[in-house]
Amino acid sequence: MTLATLGFGVVAALLLATSLAVVLTPNLFHSVLYLAAALVLTGVVFLLLEQPFLFAVQLLLYAGGVVTIVVFAIMLTEQLVGERVGQASRYPINGAIVAAAVFAGIVGFLIQAPVRATAPAPAGDTTAAIGRALVGPFAVTLELLGVLLVAALLGALYFARSEE
Amino acid sequence: MIGLQAYLVLAALVFAIGLFGVLTRRNAVGILLGIELMLNAVNINLVAFARFNGDLGGVVFTLFTISITVAEVAVGLAIVIAIFRVRRTVEADRLDLLRG
Repeated sequence: MTLATLGFGVVAALLLATSLAVVLTPNLFHSVLYLAAALVLTGVVFLLLEQPFLFAVQLLLYAGGVVTIVVFAIMLTEQLVGERVGQASRYPINGAIVAAAVFAGIVGFLIQAPVRATAPAPAGDTTAAIGRALVGPFAVTLELLGVLLVAALLGALYFARSEE
Repeated sequence: MIGLQAYLVLAALVFAIGLFGVLTRRNAVGILLGIELMLNAVNINLVAFARFNGDLGGVVFTLFTISITVAEVAVGLAIVIAIFRVRRTVEADRLDLLRG
């Protein structure tokens, strides 16, 4: 077993364990902490796929931004009401059956798909090439993303504003 | 060398786990966490295809999906907080205002 295989196995096992913890732990706050770990591990998967820039974006936006927002939302919705919302799973067996069926469907599709030749590893840093692609063939998409972010910002402000 | 298939199976597993969370969580914030896991699985797929096909388009699209997900979480949690103000609960089973 090579070092790369071992590394992938360890990261994959940790990612699956933290993902399971996210959906199974009864305490919602612990769930968010496990989600942060799972997001960082996803970033490590990006590192294994030789995309260090995406690893940095993942840490900044997800582990930094999303987890902070979710923690704030939990503090706002749990402490005001005094009683803790029931966290126990509902219909866990039905949910497991549906999730397993979806997984079996995806894997069944993967088995049928032909195995394609693997491209060689990208030479050097790909960050500059990503930047050129963003302002080249994907320029319109980038501008639309800016519009979407403004719309999301205004929408979030609208929903969260006070009544007065 | 780890093949493309291993990454795709890993992503499929994370996606299924996230789907389980969406289906079984009672709390609306918990459902959002499950959606986060599912979107992460998609990102793994995109980056794996980009790496093994030697095409940077997948990486650029991962950047887009990450940004869109962050916007989605911000709006989703704002909706959850707005619902909490009106109904004093974020339990998904009790948010049945639109049921006839």
